[in-house]
Order: sequence, then structure tokens, then C-alpha cells
Amino acid sequence: MESGMRRSSETSVKALSSMASEASRNTDPGQQGLRFNSTDQSYFARAGQSIPVFPPFFGPQSSSFCLPDGSGAKVGGQFEPNPSLNNPISDWDPQAMLSNLSFLEQKIKQVKDVVQSMSNRGSQVVGGSGELAAKQQLVTADLTCIIIQLISTAGSMLPSMKSPLLSSNPAVRQLSNTLGSPMGFGSIANQRPSINKEQTIPDITKTSDYEELMNTINTTHDGKDDLIKCPNPCVGEGSDPIPFEDHDVKESDDGGEGENLPPGSYVVLQLEKEEILAPHTHFCVICGKGFKRDANLRMHMRGHGDEYKTPAALAKPMKDSSSDHTPVTRYSCPFVGCKRNKEHRKFQPLKTILCVKNHYKRSHCDKSYTCSRCNTKKFSVIADLKTHEKHCGRDKWLCSCGTTFSRKDKLFGHVALFQGHTPALPMDDIKGTCVSDQPEGSEVMDDMVGSTGYNFPGSASDGIPNLDMKVADDVRGYFSPLSFDPCFGALDDFTRPGFDISENPFSFLPSGPGSCSFGQPSGDS
Amino acid sequence: MAMAAHACLLPPKRRRDAAAAVSAAGSASSSAAAPIDELADELLFLVLDKVAAADPWALKAFALASRACRAAESRHRRVLRPYPHRAGALHLRSALSRYPSASRLDLTLCPRVPDAALAALSPSSTPSLRAVDLSRSRGFGARGLRALVDACPALSNLDLSNGVGLGDAAAAEVARARGLARLSLARCKPVTDMGLGCVAVGCPGLRDLSLNWCLGITDMGVQLLALKCKKLTALHLSYTLISKDCLPAIMKLPSLEVLSLVGCVGIDDDALASLEKECTKSLQVLDMSNCQNVTDVGVSSVVKAMPNLLELNLSYCCNVTPSMGRCFQTIPKLQTLKLDGCKFLADGLKSIGFSCLSLRELSLSKCSGVTDTDLSFVVSRLKNLLKLDITCNRNITDVSLSAITSSCPCLISLRMESCTHVSSEGLRLIGKRCCHLEELDITDSDLDDEGLKALSRCSKLTSLKIGICMRISDEGLIHIGKSCSELRDIDLYRSDGIGDEGVTQIAQGCPMLESINLSYCTEITDLSLVSLSKCAKLNTLEIRGCPSVSFSGLAEIATGCRLLSKLDIKKCFAINDVGMLFLSQFSHSLRQINLSYCSVTDIGLLSLSSICGLQNMTIVHLAGVTPNGLMAALMVSGGLTKVKLHAAFRSMMPPHMVKVVEARGCVFQWIDKPFQVEQERCDIWKQQSQDVLVR
Repeated sequence: MESGMRRSSETSVKALSSMASEASRNTDPGQQGLRFNSTDQSYFARAGQSIPVFPPFFGPQSSSFCLPDGSGAKVGGQFEPNPSLNNPISDWDPQAMLSNLSFLEQKIKQVKDVVQSMSNRGSQVVGGSGELAAKQQLVTADLTCIIIQLISTAGSMLPSMKSPLLSSNPAVRQLSNTLGSPMGFGSIANQRPSINKEQTIPDITKTSDYEELMNTINTTHDGKDDLIKCPNPCVGEGSDPIPFEDHDVKESDDGGEGENLPPGSYVVLQLEKEEILAPHTHFCVICGKGFKRDANLRMHMRGHGDEYKTPAALAKPMKDSSSDHTPVTRYSCPFVGCKRNKEHRKFQPLKTILCVKNHYKRSHCDKSYTCSRCNTKKFSVIADLKTHEKHCGRDKWLCSCGTTFSRKDKLFGHVALFQGHTPALPMDDIKGTCVSDQPEGSEVMDDMVGSTGYNFPGSASDGIPNLDMKVADDVRGYFSPLSFDPCFGALDDFTRPGFDISENPFSFLPSGPGSCSFGQPSGDS
Repeated sequence: MAMAAHACLLPPKRRRDAAAAVSAAGSASSSAAAPIDELADELLFLVLDKVAAADPWALKAFALASRACRAAESRHRRVLRPYPHRAGALHLRSALSRYPSASRLDLTLCPRVPDAALAALSPSSTPSLRAVDLSRSRGFGARGLRALVDACPALSNLDLSNGVGLGDAAAAEVARARGLARLSLARCKPVTDMGLGCVAVGCPGLRDLSLNWCLGITDMGVQLLALKCKKLTALHLSYTLISKDCLPAIMKLPSLEVLSLVGCVGIDDDALASLEKECTKSLQVLDMSNCQNVTDVGVSSVVKAMPNLLELNLSYCCNVTPSMGRCFQTIPKLQTLKLDGCKFLADGLKSIGFSCLSLRELSLSKCSGVTDTDLSFVVSRLKNLLKLDITCNRNITDVSLSAITSSCPCLISLRMESCTHVSSEGLRLIGKRCCHLEELDITDSDLDDEGLKALSRCSKLTSLKIGICMRISDEGLIHIGKSCSELRDIDLYRSDGIGDEGVTQIAQGCPMLESINLSYCTEITDLSLVSLSKCAKLNTLEIRGCPSVSFSGLAEIATGCRLLSKLDIKKCFAINDVGMLFLSQFSHSLRQINLSYCSVTDIGLLSLSSICGLQNMTIVHLAGVTPNGLMAALMVSGGLTKVKLHAAFRSMMPPHMVKVVEARGCVFQWIDKPFQVEQERCDIWKQQSQDVLVR
């Protein structure tokens, strides 16, 4: 635990949260709510430190936090997946709420006074910078305290929710991730003038801050308040929420499955989102930091101790020698609530950094790579897209219920299982038969085309630039799935041959207005 | 339906006949309206049935007699068989509205049925239409079938055989007919599992399904079919590419009785071995002929799984070993066993004699390894045998025949074409001992008049094939004609000892005669035809190579045999345009004709083409026919499906015209045989054919 704290901010966070959970376990062990509570407290600790730094993230949320009690409860109710799980009324103590509110009032008044004095002094003379800084720090601490208190007060109104909901909330996730970056609080939250401090110092201050906050909370509220949900789900990047099943369904391909390491036998590393998404290929086996070049990694390794300074170690990444003395390392997903997150009750660690990267992208990132053939399948890992494109469109087995299958036997198994479902023919099949059977029956074609409601414009490929698939946001912008899907069948028929011939993957895009409404980019980018 | 249009062509004599038929119903013909109205429909229909059985054309005259008659005839008709030029949308619609109680629409005469014609059907006009036969038609696709299915809510029987262009889309449309009980998709080669899957899900009540030659079908589709269509009683999967995976699913069908797996190369011993775990009590008929990869091991595993088998066909399938014969003991009810073309190993046939005691029908044609002793033993064990086929077993002699005739006196069918080692004395035994025979084939044998005289004891004979029997003459044939009054089919091909006298006796003694083959009986003259014209049921006449026959004889046939549908007058050099004029005037049932080497010209050909139902023409080496006349004739007759022409015409006919005819559903076959007028004598011909055998 101690070493983890020293290694990086990440491990320190881990330590903090485990400390908190230990504390909570003392009061009421085994309670799930308390476990969540502990994670939340660690989150508060970080959030509280950096509130002044990131007003854009907190601003919209705080508006809802500041709602009166009744409305706060209502907001909580909206986001409660299963109301029967927890009754908010039963947990709510009016007496405690009242005392909390009066405490808040008091605190706000204090801050107000300080700020008043600061402004007075600022208007008269510019005082000593040290004094001003001290006052600022005081204000910051007070404000932090107020907000924490407010949150916890409002949180007492809210029902306790399942962890996935919290974790599925992108705002919370992003908030915590962003705040968790060492640069964020190291430079500003502690009001250090120099950014390049030793990492241990912010850790310590952070710990002290955390304890102070905890004390504040514990004194005013007996520390048993349920966690706070973020009631505002659509802040920041959250344009399309990630479905819940992603957490469990996709685990198997992330590695580490079936590996039953006893919980204490390995070191858990947790990389941050930025680290994971960075295009790094070389990772430190000790702290997990990623580098673009192996040389940089080797230079980094020198900081971990003298044993990495040997010419042999510097020459190339060690394999055999390091495995002897370095403990088994496993990785945790930074996404709270994920099964791969170390806080999860059934935590299953990820084996390698690559697993972490793929898991995080698949499970917690937007699927920004859209298949250029079917325009329906989306992927967050480009390798998955490439795998899909190998099969896409070649064998599309369709059921009358609309489900598609990559293999015919899967379709037939599906049809065999469900009464009334029948294999459905692709549209081009039907048309092809009609055309071949009845050359004179051009009205057949007309009927069919008309029924799909799709007008194919004459010059389809003109004016559409050759988009690069890797520009994910652009692609997503042009292919709004909602407006595109209904026309897909007809479009597919007409364009398949052209598509095969043309090099341009989007040459079949219709340019007529009215036919398909493309072009409103989703507010994601 | 379209027949009414032809009634005007009827000669006055015919009309009188029809009127007489009406009066036979107990009413005066002149003022028939009221009495016919009073007659109960059931009774009237019985009368009309009888009239139609006697002369199908009489009903047309009946319908023309009065309004009431016409209404009665409209109510009576159940089957609509439109002529090709009546297959258009308007005609079909009016016909269906005229015959509201028609339950079957037979489009076999229409080689081309466009989608538009099927789209003309509407639910109001076809309330009782249950069966539609499109097996000989092309030109329709998924769209037409969609209209058909929409228009016929009661559709239960649909034949789409030979729809070589029909694919999954068509099958998907068919699948919308939920009441379908019987469906044939034979030779619909583009149909895949997807189409079959649609049918399987859409038609759960399917009882009889034919998927022969559906090469796109795999195990997966059949598995789904077996899962969804539990009522299937007959399933035909011949010449498909199915393999072992679908067999267990098929075996689980609770009421499957008939299963055809002819020519399934994917069915092998391994596949059949997997059946040992399954057991179907319902299966009665299994056809595994031409399954090349099946051996006796596979057969024994099949037999174990099907204890109630009644009929088993293993023709051209595998060698018959004693062990295989023994395994038939597990199917004691077996009645029919077909082992055509099989090779019998030592004691293989004997083991069947031990095992299959209840056999009624045994087929051993073209087998090798069948000996006199084995065959004698088998027939001595099979007391119930009714039908025996030993065609082309050239090793068997009078010994076998003696055993057969003495052991199985109840035989009703004996086929022994080309059993050349059987002597005329042996053949006499047939007539002496098997007097219940109904079907006898002793083509290419040593039969003589004595044998025929003996055969005259078989008074129930309906089919007698005594072609290439050089020794028979009128004398023997007269005995047959006098005593075999049930005879329907007689084959005298190249039995050139017979003449007019014998044929006349047959024609007089066998009023039920439907088919006669007198090819290369060079002694035949018009007299024979005149006598045959009294056989009103005659539908097949083959007088190929009878140079003494002329147009006048053919004219008698045309006027007398109104049901004539198949006519072969190749090398009847004396038949000319007049004969064709008679045919076109009277033989409206004619479907198939061979005119090669006749003295027919453009005029005869054109008149012939007015026969609406004509489907098949062979016109090779007609000296008097010009390309223009031929083209005109082909353009006029819209129902042609197959025309054989001399290859020389190919370059002479305008290609686009050929294309037009082909587009109507006609297939051209270009013959490139040399012109050869003189024929070899029958004995020389027979010697030649046997020389081939020796080599």
C-alpha cells in the first residue's frame, strides 16, 4: 500500500479508496452501500480539491445539486433504475437535513466575510501576495467544504443506486478521470506555483485534504449518507450512453478470463483514460506509464531504481530478469463500476496493457469506427472494424424479425427456435428474380422502388469527398444512423455493384436532399 | 373453358350425338331448359360425368344446347385446362368467372404463363380453386405467384415442377399460402435453404413436398423443414445434395410414410449408420435407388431403423450380399423390393428368398448374377408374389420360367423383355399356368403363335407387349383379339409377321384399346387403321415405317379416335396434306406428332398448327416443307414446347423468329441425321441388335 502511494497518483488514489473502505468496513462490514460509499468518498476527495479548476464540469451539475430538497429527491427518482430497491424516504432524516442546512448557512456566511474582506483590501491596496494566497486557499477550502456538504445533503435525499449507473454516467466518469490526472491537482488544487513537483508531495497534501474533508463530513453527517448520483446525464461527451451489457458481455475477449489469481498475489495497476487512449506502444511494467518510443521508456525506467540503469537493462526491455523479482502485475480498468475495475465485487483483472486498451475502448468509449459497407456496425477498436469488414455484406442472413446473422446456420437455428419467424430474403434477391423472370415488367421495379420510399439521385458519387475512415468523428457526423437505417435496404441494392467498382467507399452517398437526411453532425466532436 | 370456342367446329353428326346424350338423361332435347332445371344437380352431374367419359367433347355441345345446359355445364366443371392462346389475363379471368366451382386449374398446355395472367386471378373469381398445376409452364415469377397465392385462399395443391427459373423469392411467395398441403418444387434449381425455410415456416400443414433436383437445398433447410412441417407424409429429396446431417431430423417426422432419396450422392454408409439410433414407425416407402455411395452395410442399418417398411427400392444402388438379404428379416412386412441393376453375389438372391416371405412385388431387371437355381428358389419361397420383373436377365432359361409359372400362378404382372434364352416352349407355360396375368412384357422373345394361343387364356390382360417377336402372325393375334377383351395397350413393334387381319381382330375384340404400336409392321395397310378407328378410346397410335398406310386410313383414325393425342407416322411415305387436314379438323386432343419423311408440305403443316394443344412436333426430312412455311406454322401454334427440326433449317430460318418462338416456351432440337428412305428388314435389324449385345 505504501509503495503504491509513492508510485503515482493513481496508486495513491487506490490507497485512499481502500483506506476509506477499510474505515467503512469497521462500522458496517459487508454492506454494499457502504462499499459504494467508500468509493464515492475517494471521488469526493478528488473532486473537492479541484472544483475551482474545472468549473465547466461542475457548473452544470452544481445547479442541480443546489436544488431544494424536494426537487433533489425528484431528480434522484428519475435516474433510479429500480425504485423498489431503496426507498429514499426511509433513509431521509429531516433533523439531520436541517442541521446540515444550518451548517451550510454558517459556512457560506464565513466565506462571504472572507471574500468581502479580500475585495475590500483588493480595492484599496494590493496587499502581500502571501496573505492573499492564504486567503484564497481558505476560500477554496471553505467552498469545497460547502459543496461537499451540499452534495451529501442532497445525496441523503437521493436513493442509493447501483454502481453501474454511476459509472455509466459519462460526466462523472470524465470528471473523475480528468481530476485524477496528476497535473490537474498538482498545479492548481494545491496552489503550487511550480508544476514540476515531486509526486509524493501532492500525494501527501491530497491525503491531508482528504482527511480534512472526511472529518468535515463525518462531523456534520455521520458519514453514512448514500452516495451521490450525478443527476445530469448529458454533460460533456455523453452523446450516446454506453449500454450496460457492455460491462459484462464483452469481458471474455479482454483476456484474464478464467485466470484465478488469488486477490493478493498480484499488483494491480490502474491506468488513466488519457494513458489508455494515448497512442503508446511501450509501457512501464512497474507504473504502467506509456511511451511512444522504447528509448523514452528506458529513460523512464531509470527513475524506478538503480537496477534499471545497467547497460543490459538500458539496451533492451528486460524480460526474463525482471520477471524474477517484479511481482505479477495485473491491470484495472479506470471505469468505476466495471467488472474490470478493482472496486468491483467480482473484480477480474486484465492481463496486459493491450487488454486494458482494447477493453477500455470497447466498453467505455464511443464506437467511432463505422463500417463503410453496412453503415450500421460501429466499433471502437479499429482492428474489430477490420475483422468485421472482412465478413460484412458477404453473407447477410436475415430473419423476418429483422435480426441479421453472419452465418446461415445461426439464422436457421434462430428460425427453428422461434415460432413464426421465417428466413427473409434480401431485397436484391427478390428484385433480381423479378427482373430475370419478367423482362417486360418494369413496373415491378417501379413498385418496389416506390415502396421503399427511396429516390436514388442520378449523380451519386459526385461531390462527395473521399473520406478517410480514420477520421472517426467526421464519419459519424455524416452517417447519422437514425436517418440512414430506413433507407439502407434499398440503398444497398442499388449501390452494391457501384460500390464494388468504385474505390471511393462513400460513392453511393446520395446527394439529393429529401432522400436521406445526412449531414447533421452529432454534437460529439 | 376454351372448348366452347371449338364447338362450332364440330360436325353436325357430333351435335346430334350430344343431343342424344341429353335426351338419354331423360329430357327432351329441344325444350330442355325447364326439365334440366328441375333435375337435381347431383343427378345431372352423374349424367354429365357419364357423357364426358364417353366423349369429352360432347359436353361442349351440351353447353350450347340451351342456357340451362350451359349453366349446368358451368356448375359441373371441376377442372380447367386452358389452351395456350387462352392463357392470357382476360381469358383466364372470364373462364374462372364462368366456372365458379372449378377446383383445379391445369395450365400444362400453356408453355408460357406470364405474371400478368396470374395477376388476373382474384379471390372473388376463384373461391374454390384448390389445385394449380404450373409444372409445364414458364414465364411467371415471384410476382405472378404472389398474385396467385393472394387470389386463391383455399390453395392446397401447387405444382411448380420444372420451374428452373424459380428461386427463393418465388418460394417465399408460395410460403404465404398457409393452407398448402401438397407442393412440388422439383427442378426449381435456384431454390436454396432460404426459400425452403420460408416454405417450411409458412406452410405448416404441408403433407407432400417434392424437392427433387433442388440442388441449392442443403441439410440445414431440410432440418428446418422437418422441424416445422410435422404433418409431412411424403418427402421427395431425390437428386439433392443432402447428407447425413438431415437424416435424423427426417426420421423424427411423426407421420412420414414416403421418402425418396434417389441419386443422393451425399447419402453413404456413414450417414445411414447414424440412423441406427433413430427409429421411424411410420415410414412405409423408401426409395434409395442410384445412391452410389451406399453399400449393403448402409442398407442393413437403414432397415433396422424402419421396421414397418412396405416398399424398398435399392435399384442401381449396391451389391446384394447374403448378409444384406438376411437383414431384410427385420422388415417382415416388406411387400415390394426393387433391386434393378444390382449385382448379386453368391447366395444373395437366395437369402432374399429366406427373408422376405411376404413379398408381392420383386423387380430384378438388368441384374447380373441371377441364375436359374437362385431365381427358382426365390420364386418357390415367395408364394404371394404378384409382380415379377426379370427384364434383361439373359442367363435365365426355361428352368426359371417353369419354376415361376408353377410357383406363382397368381402373378398379375410379368415383365421379361429380352430374356433371350427362354424358348417358345417355355413361353407357352406362361399362358398355361398364369391365367391371372394383367400385364405381360415378352418383347424380343421367341414367342410363336402357339404361345399366343396359350396366352389367350389370360382374359384379364390389359397390357401386352410382344414387340420384336418375329414368329408371331395373324393367327396367334386372332386368338388374343377374341379372348382378351380388356386389352388396353398392345405393342407389336417390329413384329412384322402380322397383317391387317390380326389387327382387325384386335380392334374388334378390344374396344377398350387405348394404345397400339404397329411400327415397322410393314404389312399393315389402311384396312388396319379403318378397323382401329372403331376404338374410340385410342389415344396413342404408332405406325412408324408402315409404307402401305395412306392419308385415307389416317382420316378414318382422325374421325373415329377423337382422343388421339400421340401419333407417330414417321416414314409413312404415303401420308400427305390431306391426312393433316383431317387431323387438324378432328384431332383436337393431339399433343404429339412425328411427321418425318411423310409427304406433307407447308399446307399440311400450317393446318396442323391450328391444333391448339399440340406441344411436340418432329419434322425432319420433310421434302415438301419450306423454311417460310415452317416458320409460319411455328408462329401459329402457340403451345409448342418441343420441336425437332433438321439442322439444315437452322440457318434458313430468320433468327429473330426463332427467338420469338423460343420465348413462347418452345425448345428447338436440331437433328442432323442423314436422309435414309429404305429400311432394313426386321429380322436383319434384330440380328444387328443382338450383335451389339454379343460385342
